[in-house]
Amino acid sequence: MTHGRSKAGSLAGGNDAGDACNGSEEQLLRCTADNWCVINDGTAPPTIVMGVSGRVSELVKIQAVLQDQVPVVRRFSGGGTVIVDQGTVFVTVICNKAAVAGLQPFPRDIMSWSGQLYGKVFDRFGEFHLRENDYAFSHRKFGGNAQSITKNRWVHHTSFLWDYDVKNMDYLKIPKRAPEYRLARNHTDFLCRMKEYMPSRSIFTDGVIMALGEHFSVQPTDLQTVLSDDEEFVPSTKLLSQHDLEEIVYSKESLRV
Amino acid sequence: MALRLWARSAANALKLSGTGGARAAAAPAFSISRFVSTVHDGLKYTQSHEWVKTGDGVATVGITDHAQDHLGEVVFVELPEPGTTVSAGASFGNVESVKATSDVNSPISGEVVEVNSKLSETPGLINTSPYEDGWMIKVKPSSPGEADALLDAAKYTKHCEEEDAH
Repeated sequence: MTHGRSKAGSLAGGNDAGDACNGSEEQLLRCTADNWCVINDGTAPPTIVMGVSGRVSELVKIQAVLQDQVPVVRRFSGGGTVIVDQGTVFVTVICNKAAVAGLQPFPRDIMSWSGQLYGKVFDRFGEFHLRENDYAFSHRKFGGNAQSITKNRWVHHTSFLWDYDVKNMDYLKIPKRAPEYRLARNHTDFLCRMKEYMPSRSIFTDGVIMALGEHFSVQPTDLQTVLSDDEEFVPSTKLLSQHDLEEIVYSKESLRV
Repeated sequence: MALRLWARSAANALKLSGTGGARAAAAPAFSISRFVSTVHDGLKYTQSHEWVKTGDGVATVGITDHAQDHLGEVVFVELPEPGTTVSAGASFGNVESVKATSDVNSPISGEVVEVNSKLSETPGLINTSPYEDGWMIKVKPSSPGEADALLDAAKYTKHCEEEDAH
């Protein structure tokens, strides 16, 4: 997402890394009163994005990440760890509590609503399911979700695997806390690629816009204009530095001694 | 309701607005639970599902049984440091559950004098004992009597029933 060009705080890197994406979304959540959908089509370079409470040493192969200089971002929302690249499409919905009639601002309620929304997008392309907190065709995951809920607003974001590079999965450990339907499968057996089910990315994104149009009126907007005036916001989204990662490695090793 | 759309390359940023009229969805069944959670007398409650117990110059704060039930298994709790100032209605921390972080808001204003350190190792106390072992912070109130304006048990119960009835 280009809105790493936001002027807010700690969005270092100057590239389209996940920190920029998440930082702008956090700003929209906390600093605006509008409802939004933000779609970001691809990230370069490949970037690891972790949830707010994720322990790096448990989720990421740090030595490999350090060696290959893979960026690691801690986002402001909950959820698990993903590695995102040019094959990943991010879709984020940010809403006021009252935006959807009858929807309580709790995680499972929002997930149920989003599952129904995306069902309209995907049903005709495969056996679509909301499985625990993932979007799947049959039993294979293609979309992972994370949410952040404030007093009056919520954000639901999804990283969709239009395509992925299986080599990138080697940077991630299999998490201790995994959905039951994963059944200890490795990344390759657990995940699938949307491009094997749908003819094009634009069909997907157009479908999302159409599904949203059943609930909202939709206005294309220049995000840079909306965010550019707010120079004071400092996102909690953080790009972990090489020093941060090295500290984790050394502290873990010292504990073994 | 307006929804704004933003796009980079093939993608979009959309501003979302209410449609009203024919396009408004009929009340959908997103919430499937009826209100059966526990509410304690003697506590005061907020509409955002926090409770406060006042007494002896220190108020204890946590989230309600209704909240923990809707959140699901709590896996991580972020709390402020003692000495932090909290404001009524504003967030003082958050809980993570079911791939979501949810802000927790202070019912009253004051200074945090103690936090529940057990929650760092055992965040699930919030689920198993939301009104006792799962307390979150203790606050020295800056505006005594502020809690009087909050919901009592009966009003909070009614609030939850109305929310769950949608």
